[in-house]
Amino acid sequence: MTKITSDTVKHMATLAKIPVTKDEEESLAKGFTETLEVVDKLFKIDVKGVKPTHQVTGLENILREDKINEKKTLSQDEALSNTKNKHNGYFVVDQILAED
Amino acid sequence: MKTNELTLKKSIELLDKKEISIEDIYKDTWQVYEEKNKELNIFLTKDKDALIKAKNQSDKPLKGLPIAVKDNFLTVGLPTTASSKVLDGFMPPYESTVTKRVKEAGGVAIGKTNMDAWAHGSSTETSDYGPTKNPRNPKFLPGGSSGGSAAAVAADMCIAALGSETAGSIRQPAAWCGTVGLKPTYGRTSRYGVVAMGSSLDSPGPLTKTVEDSAMLLNIIAGHDDNDGTTSQIETIDYEKNLKNGVKGMKIGICYVDHPNIKGTVTEKSVIDAGHIFEKLGAQVDQIKISEELEKGKILTHEHAIGVYTVVQRGEVSSNLSRYDGIRYGHDRSHFGHEAKNRIMLGTFTLSKGYADKYYNLAQKIRGLYIENFKELFSKYDLLISSPSPTMALPLGSLGNDPMFGELQDMLVEPSSLVGICGISVPSYHDGKTNLYLGLNIMGDYFQEEKILKAAWAYEQATSFNPWIKK
Repeated sequence: MTKITSDTVKHMATLAKIPVTKDEEESLAKGFTETLEVVDKLFKIDVKGVKPTHQVTGLENILREDKINEKKTLSQDEALSNTKNKHNGYFVVDQILAED
Repeated sequence: MKTNELTLKKSIELLDKKEISIEDIYKDTWQVYEEKNKELNIFLTKDKDALIKAKNQSDKPLKGLPIAVKDNFLTVGLPTTASSKVLDGFMPPYESTVTKRVKEAGGVAIGKTNMDAWAHGSSTETSDYGPTKNPRNPKFLPGGSSGGSAAAVAADMCIAALGSETAGSIRQPAAWCGTVGLKPTYGRTSRYGVVAMGSSLDSPGPLTKTVEDSAMLLNIIAGHDDNDGTTSQIETIDYEKNLKNGVKGMKIGICYVDHPNIKGTVTEKSVIDAGHIFEKLGAQVDQIKISEELEKGKILTHEHAIGVYTVVQRGEVSSNLSRYDGIRYGHDRSHFGHEAKNRIMLGTFTLSKGYADKYYNLAQKIRGLYIENFKELFSKYDLLISSPSPTMALPLGSLGNDPMFGELQDMLVEPSSLVGICGISVPSYHDGKTNLYLGLNIMGDYFQEEKILKAAWAYEQATSFNPWIKK
């Protein structure tokens, strides 16, 4: 049985960039363990020689011409229309590099 | 009769004959909206200019009729939230293909309907804007995730509606609300501009009052889309053309009635009864004993499908919802509700280093086995029938803290959803005491929408469960 601890949840929260409280860590760990109990039944199935399925109707390599479709392109104003924080036509993002 | 209670087919007919006007329909539709929307919480937003948009559409197929749209379709001019506070106030800069086609055909998106947040759930109880109540009986849930759209149809707050299904999200709420819901084959309808959930599974489709309406709306939305590379190039056909040709000579297999949760219940009886009805209509009907077939190693159970679906869906969720950074649009990731957090993080776990092979790749392999299973079933049968849900609508508050609530609700449709085949749910039982319904799930092979519609129409005509079909 796969048991998920609060520490694993904390790590996943960091990877997924989702803030979780101490209480949530515990309830999520319990929920994950219960869910994986159901998932773990899959280990009994023999999949020797079976290839994974990624596309059910069998499509492969659907490509388009490498051309700009003007009709599909958002204008700068449209692209910025839902942001809370813009400056001179740019999105403003948090600083990720610290100053020395 | 109030004009909002008309079917799509009938309202078009009466508009053509000028027996009613488009103004009548909007007057009656907004009246029931004003009376009931506050209590039932079906629409999150309404387009107050809908009637203006509906005028001068009389030469188009949908004549300006009011269509309810699930809140995960991007609609220019109407906020789109997927019922999550992360997207609160988001105004889409472009239009989804499906709603674009409906609008081009003269339909008007009158408002956006409530759903489980990000379509994660089967009850609408995970909506950040509160649950929708079932119009048939407000003490009960409408199902989900397209619960608002199914409820809008059931309450006659629209003439028809659009929803989307990943596993059960059209068929289960259609069943619980006593409406018709069609989940097309994966790739038959475009996902472009639909808030992505499980990209290898998501299928937009119609929720309607009758099977005929379903065929009519499918005719408008189905087909290849350059903006969605996973849509099929296979030509669409006119789904209305052979709708009334019956099921004579078809082979139909009954599935999943021997499940312990169903055996001995009214759900089992309704599916078995449907088999008898199809026999009377000239089809050959067999019961497929899943447990016996399993022993022969031929068929995987729906319980395994829950495991496969959980891994695949959570993985795709964690990837799809990584785009919500709160920088370009929407709010930051602290606004995700409990269910979304749960799914994103579990998906992150099953896709993380050391676990991707153990879980995700294994699930994708078993998914291949399901495809083989169904291929074998469809070599013997034209159609498969089951219930889309183990029960009738459950009372409000049923979600509780169960992390697998949705999966247990949807276990009967998860195998077919993983495979990507089409299915339609039609009313198949009415409980006089609670005024609630069961649905019958009619499944067909890839791109066999015509066949499932034909069977659904024949069944609807032979029974008296559909409240819009007057005998």
